Amino acid sequence: MTVAATTKTGVRPSWAGRRPPAPAWVGTVPFLAYVAIFLLWPTGIVVINALKNPNGAWAFANLSELGNPLIRGYFIGSFKLCLLSAVAGAVLGAILAYAVASGDPDGLIRRLYLSVSGVLAQFGGVTLAFAFLVTIGPVGLLFHASWYFDFPWGIGLIYTYFQIPLMVLVFMPAIDGLKVQWREASENLGSSAWQYWRYVGGPLLAPAFLGGALLLFANALSAFATIQAWENQIAYIVPQQISTAMSSEVGLSSVNVASLLALGLVIMVAIVMTIYTLLQRRAARWLR
Amino acid sequence: MNTLVAAAKKEGTLNVIALPPTWANYGTIINTFEKNYGITVNSTLPDGTSQQEVDAVKQENGSPKAPDVLDVGLAVALANTKLFAPYEVSTWSDIPAAQKEPSGLWYEDYGGYMAIGYEAKFGTITSLSQLLTPKFKGAVALNGNPTAANAALNGVMLANLAEGGTPSDISKGVAFFHQLKQVGNFNPISATGATIKAGSTPVVFNWDYLNLSSYVGVPGWKVFVPSGVALGGYYAQAINKNAPHPAAARLWEEFLYSQASTGGQNLWLQGGARPVEQQAMTSAGTINTSAASTLPSVSGTPVFLSQSQSSDAATYLATNWAKAVG
Repeated sequence: MTVAATTKTGVRPSWAGRRPPAPAWVGTVPFLAYVAIFLLWPTGIVVINALKNPNGAWAFANLSELGNPLIRGYFIGSFKLCLLSAVAGAVLGAILAYAVASGDPDGLIRRLYLSVSGVLAQFGGVTLAFAFLVTIGPVGLLFHASWYFDFPWGIGLIYTYFQIPLMVLVFMPAIDGLKVQWREASENLGSSAWQYWRYVGGPLLAPAFLGGALLLFANALSAFATIQAWENQIAYIVPQQISTAMSSEVGLSSVNVASLLALGLVIMVAIVMTIYTLLQRRAARWLR
Repeated sequence: MNTLVAAAKKEGTLNVIALPPTWANYGTIINTFEKNYGITVNSTLPDGTSQQEVDAVKQENGSPKAPDVLDVGLAVALANTKLFAPYEVSTWSDIPAAQKEPSGLWYEDYGGYMAIGYEAKFGTITSLSQLLTPKFKGAVALNGNPTAANAALNGVMLANLAEGGTPSDISKGVAFFHQLKQVGNFNPISATGATIKAGSTPVVFNWDYLNLSSYVGVPGWKVFVPSGVALGGYYAQAINKNAPHPAAARLWEEFLYSQASTGGQNLWLQGGARPVEQQAMTSAGTINTSAASTLPSVSGTPVFLSQSQSSDAATYLATNWAKAVG
């Protein structure tokens, strides 16, 4: 083969005797295949089902259903819950992250907080709902909160349980990126603590903070098992209504409605993640 | 029958779905069937809903793991008859005509009446309006979301009938739950065996066979049925027309509809459910009388929701339920 190559061109190719170099895109094939199978394909199915009627014919009029007050109500419910839990989680998480970050960078406290946050950020679902049920539910061990079922306050409180640790994890790198020299420089120039935060620290952290809040928003959007175990006799948020539309045994099940709701969620997540990416890009300038 | 047994034994396996072992005595029923015929029963998704059973039949069509037999709510049975194989069990004539599809695509199996189960600490409930008093703060739950779960829809219907509503108009039931919500007595937690045992859902609207003290596992658990309201509901059996084990599926139905003392009908009865052949068995003297005597007594003319009544109720709930209790 080497001989053939040399005789043909008269020049030894640089890869003579070795395998020909693979084109650069080959390395991305596994990733692209993964994304295609687990993201694009299911999303395509959702979009197609959302635009069909139960007989399988195209029905673009389905989209107008998104304006139906009933369906809009589930999106408003989702928005309220996500906003509440994202704002509460972001503010409290940021304060906690700052408190931890200002300690010893290799200290026990910091390592403890980070590992605990890593675990709790993933703690959700039926276990979490049940934990709250037995502490502040109708027969709560701690107390009987009278507002625990008022949507979105009760469930919002439960969501902060995994939102705050997630904020600590995503916001910590931004705080670590605040160089101590900047603080020294501003103090040398005679600024007060308030001025430092108003003109230096605040603007630097703002994109990371808002980005973190958006991530929490998207995180809350898809949470389902927790609220379903907490209050499942009414659908407040979109994922709950998708479940009803998929599994109703009283004749209200419709794959098309479920897909339409899912499509609405996809659009919501797409908007949130686009803004998140833009903010991250801005925040990244200061973290190098 | 002997050829059927031989063919079923040759298949050796039966796939069932959505049969909770503590529900209507299904644990014992499955064990007895396995012991009698030496056939292994694969039970999947024990807590599934009727719709999920049908979904499994469609998704696993042709696979050896597809469900052979189904136990579904009537609305789901009626909507999916094209998935079923017709079969008439040998006791076919003992099933009341209104409770089976004439060609044998589906046939009701067991059922019960809606009742309100509650913990003994509340004393004795004698009327529905008592549930609105402060004693029941945050206590009153349904078994699921009435726009999704049949048992919950019937729970709202029970309140509706007790409040003077009619089977074709569920609005008075929704209004009652709206009142419950306003006085703070409505409890939106998903009522399961675990929440009842933990005391988180101390008052539950549910089928009477799921409201037995032995089923919920709460000592002193009581049952209240509003006077004159007998709201019944039956589940239905059907055979998957592409069942991977067709003979075992038919043998299973024969077993479920057997009137023997350890046959399906009497075993359901021992689980607190009312078998569909109960009347015929009472006249024939094949019924387990001690089990029959423990059933909660029902007064008034039994009401069974027709297909259109049930779908009207569901449509009304779809628009009004979330508004009423949200």
